[in-house]
Amino acid sequence: MSRLSRRALHHATFALGAAITTLLVLTAAASFVWTPTDPLAMSIAARLEGPSAAHPFGTDQFGRDILARVIAGTHTSIAVGVIAVGIGAVVGVLIGILSGYVGGWLDEALMRLIDAIQGFPAILSALLFSAVFTPGIAISMVAIGIAFVPIFARLTRGSFLELRDREFVLAAQALGASAPRVVTCHVLPNTLPPLIIQATTSFPVAVLAEAALAYLGLGTQPPYPSWGLMLKDAQNFLSMSPWFALFPGGAIALTVLGLNLLGDGLRDLLDPKTT
Amino acid sequence: MRRYVLRRVAAFVATLFAVSLLVFVVVRVLPGDPALLIMGTQGSPEATARLRHAMGLDRPLLVQYVDWLGRALRGDLGVSIQYDLPVSRLIVSRLPVTLPLALLAALFMTLTALPFGLYAATRRGRAGDYLTMIVSQLGIAVPSFWSGLLLILLFSVRLGWVPSGGFEGWSQGLGPALQSLLLPALALGFFQAAVLIRATRSAVLEVLGEDYVRTARAKGLSERRVIGRHTFRNAMIPVLTVTGVQLGQLIAGSIVLESVFALPGLGRLALGAIAARDLPVVQGVTLFMASAIIAINFVVDLAYTFLDPRIRYE
Repeated sequence: MSRLSRRALHHATFALGAAITTLLVLTAAASFVWTPTDPLAMSIAARLEGPSAAHPFGTDQFGRDILARVIAGTHTSIAVGVIAVGIGAVVGVLIGILSGYVGGWLDEALMRLIDAIQGFPAILSALLFSAVFTPGIAISMVAIGIAFVPIFARLTRGSFLELRDREFVLAAQALGASAPRVVTCHVLPNTLPPLIIQATTSFPVAVLAEAALAYLGLGTQPPYPSWGLMLKDAQNFLSMSPWFALFPGGAIALTVLGLNLLGDGLRDLLDPKTT
Repeated sequence: MRRYVLRRVAAFVATLFAVSLLVFVVVRVLPGDPALLIMGTQGSPEATARLRHAMGLDRPLLVQYVDWLGRALRGDLGVSIQYDLPVSRLIVSRLPVTLPLALLAALFMTLTALPFGLYAATRRGRAGDYLTMIVSQLGIAVPSFWSGLLLILLFSVRLGWVPSGGFEGWSQGLGPALQSLLLPALALGFFQAAVLIRATRSAVLEVLGEDYVRTARAKGLSERRVIGRHTFRNAMIPVLTVTGVQLGQLIAGSIVLESVFALPGLGRLALGAIAARDLPVVQGVTLFMASAIIAINFVVDLAYTFLDPRIRYE
């Protein structure tokens, strides 16, 4: 076993985070082919029931099994998280490259754009987009992704400014390498570690944002199972069946906790300054 | 110093300009024909054309933008389709809910985060530190709207101490108004506090490792003085940046909490406007909120230069 993987196993934060995340990913994968019962099967007789052997998490206002729906909600969370972080990373890195490598007035203009985007947390962009397009899961992904653009752009730009005048970059340029080649083969690989850490820490933020947008009715729409949507439904029956609000919220918290621990652990393990 | 401040001001104005451009592009350019969007499928072609003309949508985009921006700068954000009232008046009428909510949440956030962050840092590696870190890790993981629901469940449904939602207005007296804002501000503030606790802790730890802190201790200063005078004030500089970001998040978060607690604030105004296809209201509210967030960042940026003498003459 390598030194890093041995240290990773002994690192409590990382191990716990990795365990929760693995469980989450396995649940999400399994939910495509199997859930304890059909998450869409309604039963008028079994509406708003408390936890029981047949329904460990109880049932919702249509008598649907909450456990099955919580499990089915896992892949919505993960899918939105992955795609949103992907959008933020790709757009942000591209803007960062242009800004850091080209510089000049383009840098100035792009940085003002990045400052402006910072004024739009996911909820605000989702509000704007929902006004002109139909609210849905795609809006969630784009709105959350946009909110991540500034941090990825700034990170990339910073690294590029730092690396632009280093000897190995100048050497590559002197040898006649084209600008795209210098960027992709020499500069970009050196900016990857902080970007990977940023992507990991952004993921739980995206999961929280997806739930919030779905709760507000701006994101994921029925019949897609979403934890935020379940909480929106649960609020109407808070006094009658409190467990309805308990389990989807617990699922969000557990997911975010696991991903945060994983991110913290990863940062500790990868950051050379702390070793 | 003056040059630096002037440059920051110029960047701030340019950023606001970019914000307005983004809002304009999303609302006026992306949908193709906003008039058709507002009228939906029910509107007759004549009515749609009338609306298009009334909104000035039949003019070139650049003319529309300059006109819209010029009006917005004079406080004219258009007229709400749903209420038939000026959007700016609607925004002002909702501020007495959103603003106190955000301020109260900010108060909870800083009053929780600073002492606990400082406490954890000074107890590094001991039980108090671990406990604070575990609680803050949980705080980050719990979504504010879920903690809001749980607070309603405990304090309204079970105990019946405070209303589960709604807002009677400030005319009913300070007490009832604050009572309606208490739970949402708690849910919002504590959630954001969790992030700030961690930032405060690491900033204080960083400063505690500095030479001047060692010197202060070597001089025989009391620990109280070392922390209060030499550590905390210097640690505040990075904490301020995080606080600025968190305040922006608070404004966005207030939209969610207004929804949980049925508070008639800016967020609910915008959400209602989406259902009613009231484009001018959505446009106005998002422009207003985004500008507010940018303004907070700007003020924090300036405060930073006054607090940290090292970056004054950059």
